[in-house]
Amino acid sequence: MALTVEQLACIRGERQLFSDLNFRLAPGEALLLHGPNGSGKSSLLRLLAGFLPPAHGRVLWDGAPALEDAEAHRARLQYLGHQDAVKSQLGTGDNLLFWARLYGLDPVGTEQAVTAALDAAGLQRQRHLQGGYLSAGQKRRLALARLLLKPATLWLLDEPTNALDTSAVAWLGELLAAHRAKGGMIILASHVDVPLKDARRLDLPEGKLA
Amino acid sequence: MSAFLAIVARDLRLGFGAQGAMLTTLLFFVLAVSLFPLGVGPEPQILARIAAGVIWVAALLAAMLSLDRLFQTDQEDGTLDLLAQAPLPLGLVALAKTLAHWLTTGLPLSLIAPLLAILLQMEGDAIPVLLGALLLGTPSLSLIGAIGAALTLGAKRGAVLVPLLTLPLVIPVLIFGVGAVEAAAYGLSAGPHLLLLGAFLAGALALSPLAIAAAVRLALE
Repeated sequence: MALTVEQLACIRGERQLFSDLNFRLAPGEALLLHGPNGSGKSSLLRLLAGFLPPAHGRVLWDGAPALEDAEAHRARLQYLGHQDAVKSQLGTGDNLLFWARLYGLDPVGTEQAVTAALDAAGLQRQRHLQGGYLSAGQKRRLALARLLLKPATLWLLDEPTNALDTSAVAWLGELLAAHRAKGGMIILASHVDVPLKDARRLDLPEGKLA
Repeated sequence: MSAFLAIVARDLRLGFGAQGAMLTTLLFFVLAVSLFPLGVGPEPQILARIAAGVIWVAALLAAMLSLDRLFQTDQEDGTLDLLAQAPLPLGLVALAKTLAHWLTTGLPLSLIAPLLAILLQMEGDAIPVLLGALLLGTPSLSLIGAIGAALTLGAKRGAVLVPLLTLPLVIPVLIFGVGAVEAAAYGLSAGPHLLLLGAFLAGALALSPLAIAAAVRLALE
């Protein structure tokens, strides 16, 4: 199981964000995207998630084109964007319950999975509080808790530490480590330090691997 | 299937809620229809003559009211990204959301229409036909309207654009919907009109999920 990116290029509007991007990610590995604002970190993540077609190059999963079978590709990845996708009119627990159902967890497992995810995110006390009353950091933790509801190999995380306090960042570190220990892969864009042990670094827009 | 139902259930909860679309749509519909007796005068013959058209046009406009928010709220908070990543095809996600939209707007609007028909002195025999025609026609409004909602995603003036895009496309629904009711009022068979409404719905049901999915995918790029 491996993700391979070959000569990938991305054009947004009239501007080329990056080109000739090459890297390979094996189970347990993590890739940290670095680069100034507008260098294409988010676009690369959206491209890998299948939202954007690449202008050039290929994304391979186990040597086969990954983006062509959209359904299989969706099943193996979890995407966390800038936004938290928290519905302000629904309770914290109900927000997670919706995602659990959407991801097809069986009805019995759903409750347990949601309870476990809320516990992990430290949001058990806010379970019945409406999403709109959560702080920005709590919403981010709720969005991260969603990662626990779907078993997916590849995590694509866009600025996951936004609005998180130090203890939540430490929790995120544990979450990432646990995912890698299970053979998961992580590609993460962040402009601040993320607790991600021996991750490789990809500098955008030059596409230099460090 | 469970994912489909999860989306319908969530949108129903949001739709019935205080900020939901159901109450405003229904109030707008009732208010718009009740303005006509005040505007054209209370003569029963005139009211009975225009009743079907008034109710249908008001239903068309009421169904447009909340359409621009159909995908927009989900796009604004990032939910649409994740719905597009859900383990079911985007066309079915769109169909689930459209079904929820119809259940919170078209269905209650159809159910209250017979009361308004009585208010407008509609022929007694025509009222069941009106109900049937609305139940057959309003799902088409939601389906076609959802295409407009998906196409205007990200546009600043979506609320105005959606009716402009959608209303011309749903004119057949208006024509056959009114036709069915008038046929019944004159003692003719409403069957052909209802069949055409059904055919329109079948076509919309088959084609619009594809169009919506394509438009949403474009908006997410």
